[in-house]
This record gives sequence, structure tokens and C-alpha cells, in this order.
Amino acid sequence: MNTASTAPDALIEADPDVPTVRIVREFNAPPALVYRAHVEPDLVKQWMGPASIEMEIDVWDIRTGGEYRYTAVRDGAEIAHFYGAVHRVNENEKIVQTFGFEEMPDAVSLDTLVFVALPGGRTRLEALSVVYDFESRAGMLASGMEVGINEGYAALDGLLRSLTGADA
Amino acid sequence: MVEQDDRLSRVFGALADPTRRDMVARLATGDATVSELAAPYDVSLQAVSKHLKVLEEAGLVRRSREAQRRPVHLDAEVFDLMTKWIERYRQQAEERYRRLDQVLARMQGTDVGDSEQREEGAAG
Repeated sequence: MNTASTAPDALIEADPDVPTVRIVREFNAPPALVYRAHVEPDLVKQWMGPASIEMEIDVWDIRTGGEYRYTAVRDGAEIAHFYGAVHRVNENEKIVQTFGFEEMPDAVSLDTLVFVALPGGRTRLEALSVVYDFESRAGMLASGMEVGINEGYAALDGLLRSLTGADA
Repeated sequence: MVEQDDRLSRVFGALADPTRRDMVARLATGDATVSELAAPYDVSLQAVSKHLKVLEEAGLVRRSREAQRRPVHLDAEVFDLMTKWIERYRQQAEERYRRLDQVLARMQGTDVGDSEQREEGAAG
């Protein structure tokens, strides 16, 4: 991909020793803008939910002691209710919050988002999710599939099969 | 789906232990017997067997039923399953962040053509 050098794909790391998932991604915009796109609900709506899912935001109050709550809607049907408490916010630098959903009330993740300024007005976003144990992490990795988008999965399956050499 | 999720949980649980990860790494180079696996460690054969049992229940290794020598075999398929879930999760994040790329481009008043071009490139 010709733009790979300026905007590499998201990297993921599932730590073998602790139940965490770390995702790192760089953006062609300064931290203040990437931060705003996380904090202003009108902007958040435009990217956070999968393409086939509409985010109905009830509360989006990203500040220390704040909270957020939204419903994922597909074809008019409510499919999941997400919510979290915002633990701490350093403007343009860091957001620490919990992430959970009503459908699995015992599952909760502590998410730390760090907005790192890079040369040339770019940003590296580091998102670290910590869950209770390895089983919870397995659940988190797998549950994303069910609430996530279906379009493109067939093609992705094919790609993964060819990469892993598994049976078709 | 549920069956696969349970299997994945067991895999992550089994690999949470450093000795078991070490044994898996060793088995990746070839089959080995219990005593061969125990050799590098200052632990009893029983302890090694216990670790193997956890790995076996997670579907990570198989023991042939040959009476005398029962070599332990690493089942690589289960790693493919794990890799697949993690890669899908990553892919979801990437799709989300490509939409964020476009939002950021609009916020900066720059041409969104670049982002769209990337999306097309990735889909092809």
C-alpha cells in the first residue's frame, strides 16, 4: 500500500503474561484533533461504531469523573448497550475509562488511551485494555465478532485461511 | 461460536503459565516424551504430566496412545484459531480507525480522497 509509510495499519498485542490487549495506530493529524474526535459526540458517531451499526449516544461526557452511554442499533434493532465511567482525562494527552455493556454486566475493561505527539503534526494513539483474567480477555476478543460488522468477513476469512494454511 | 470461545479461553489459560509456554516452544521443534520434556526443569515427572494435562485439555497438545513411548505432539491448529480471533479484533480496530482518518481529514479541511483511496486499496 503506497500510503503505508505515513499511516501504518493498527498493530495489536495480546500480552502472554497479563490479560491485556494493546492496539497502536498512527494518524495524520495532531493529538488535539484526534482527542477531539474521541470527546465530541458528533465526531465520535462518525467513526466509532462499525459501518452497519448506528450509535445512539445517550451520554458522552468525557472528563474526569464523567461517563458515557450509547446504544448500538442495526436495522432499527438495538443490539447492545455500552457504557463506562471516565476515570481521568488529561486534555489532548490521555483518557482513562472503563468499558462494558449491559448484555454482559460482569465483563469490564479498563481502557487507557494515550495520544502521543509525533513529528510532522501526527499522532500515535496507544489503547491499552486491561481485563480481569485471561478468560475474560478471550471473551472480549471473541465477543467483538458478534457485535461487530459482518460485511467483509467472508473475504477476511478467505485471507486468514490463506495466511494460516487452515482448511477452507 | 460458543464452543470456539470456550476453547479459546482454555488456550489462553493454559498459556498463562511460563513453564507451559516453554514446553509448547519446545514441542514446536518436534514431538517429545514426558521425560524428555521434564529434563530441562528441576521438577518431578508428575509436575510435568500435570502441565501436559492442562495443555491437552486446552487442545494444544496430543498424546498418542502408543503403549510404550507416548510422544507429545503440538497441535498447531489451535494456534491458528487464536491468531484468527486476534487478527479479526485488530481488523475491526483498523476499520474503525480508517473512518477516524476520514473524520480527521474533514476536521483539517484536507482532501478526503487519500483516505478513500486507502480504503479501496485495502478492500482490493
